[in-house]
Amino acid sequence: MRAVPLRSRLWRAFHQLGSPPYVYRLAGRLSPWLGAASCVLLAVGAFWGLVLAPPDYLQGDSFRIIYIHVPSAYLSMGGYVLMAVAAAIGYIWRMKLAHGVAVCVAPLGAWFTALALITGGIWGKPTWGTYWEWGDARLMFELLLLFLYIGYMVLRMSFDDRDKADRVSALLAVVGVVNVPIVHYSVEWWTTLHQGPTLIREGGPSITMDMLIPLLIMLAAFSLFFGWLLCKRLQGEILRRERRTRWVRNLAAEAAA
Amino acid sequence: MLDVMLQILQRDLRLAFRRWSELATPLIFFVIIASLFPLAASPDEAQLRSTGAAVIWMSALLSSLLALDGLFRADSEDGTMEQLILGPAPLGLVVLAKIVAHWAVSGVPLLVLAPLVAMSFYLPLTALPGLIAALALAMPTLSILAAIGAALTVSLRAGGTIVGLLILPLTGPVLIFGTRATELAALGEPLAGPLYLLAALAVLSVSLGPLITAAAVRTALE
Repeated sequence: MRAVPLRSRLWRAFHQLGSPPYVYRLAGRLSPWLGAASCVLLAVGAFWGLVLAPPDYLQGDSFRIIYIHVPSAYLSMGGYVLMAVAAAIGYIWRMKLAHGVAVCVAPLGAWFTALALITGGIWGKPTWGTYWEWGDARLMFELLLLFLYIGYMVLRMSFDDRDKADRVSALLAVVGVVNVPIVHYSVEWWTTLHQGPTLIREGGPSITMDMLIPLLIMLAAFSLFFGWLLCKRLQGEILRRERRTRWVRNLAAEAAA
Repeated sequence: MLDVMLQILQRDLRLAFRRWSELATPLIFFVIIASLFPLAASPDEAQLRSTGAAVIWMSALLSSLLALDGLFRADSEDGTMEQLILGPAPLGLVVLAKIVAHWAVSGVPLLVLAPLVAMSFYLPLTALPGLIAALALAMPTLSILAAIGAALTVSLRAGGTIVGLLILPLTGPVLIFGTRATELAALGEPLAGPLYLLAALAVLSVSLGPLITAAAVRTALE
């Protein structure tokens, strides 16, 4: 017996990702693992970050909100990039499933953006003395990111034809991606209230290990949580798109029996 | 290829001058918004001077959005746009020609009107060249963004209201650098920095924007 070369195996995997029943089953198989792992990591990270980690020398205990704020902000940007990449793949290779991924990411990304803004406001009150500061570039561009997510969803909803909604909104998602680097670098380009970068910066992270490790755990936990929700939404989206096909009908018949 | 561009440019300019009411609407809109601001805020001279730059930029932004809203609508309704899509000329250049034509009839008069509005907001005369330069450099980016919005919504009946939601979030950088340049000009300080950034944004949007606009028109009408 001869081993299948790696390249053709990769190609097969890529083509399988275009098949709705395969991806439906894959998402169904992945989601319990993602869910369990994210719950465990969320519990560990939250306990470590909120209880065990030392208080900040300047901000005291109020800094602990970073364990929610930073992962949300990171997912708000990462989610947008994921949405734009999925939409671009869907547009270029006419892969309907990729559009499905973009559709599922949009509301999740919008919620994490809102969460980042809300936790930022709650954190801002004790440290900056204000919930909201119009002069801060990071805040403004994060808010604009939320509007971009909303615009993407509204544009989709205004088309009756799903294929057209997929393709037109994909272009908007791709154009809006210019906002993501602006959000990321806004604290370096305009130094106002929001503090500078902590993790991704020249010279390594500027945070002590006891605080950094729970933050990394929370980042992983939030990402897995995002993946879990994405799998669940994607399953629903695939069923909605494929509801007239035989395999979905068989699935429904099995479930009813 | 350039021939096609020139023909479309001529055609759109001729059409624009025949329907002069459409040509004038964005300009009158610009003046009306700017003149309503002192009613909403306060006609106090110090306050007008401090908000002047912001008012001019917001009015220019909204009026350029309005000016290009119908960029593809009439042509797609009577089938011209489909002929242009099927034609041999690259659609990106066709779209660029249409944007340039619209910019010439709505953007250039705005550059003439803006200093008048600025003077009524007590901006110093020495600031006017800086303001005009900043507006001239910002116009291509704003026009391209508005064109992308018009293209994305060309097949929708209620296009106009959605365009604002789609495009306004992307105008942040232009607004920041534009008002910054105007404020520096009003203070009599060197304003090359924000002008360079506006020019960079213009280069980026003019080189990539027509391609995206063309893709959007093609997708919306296919």
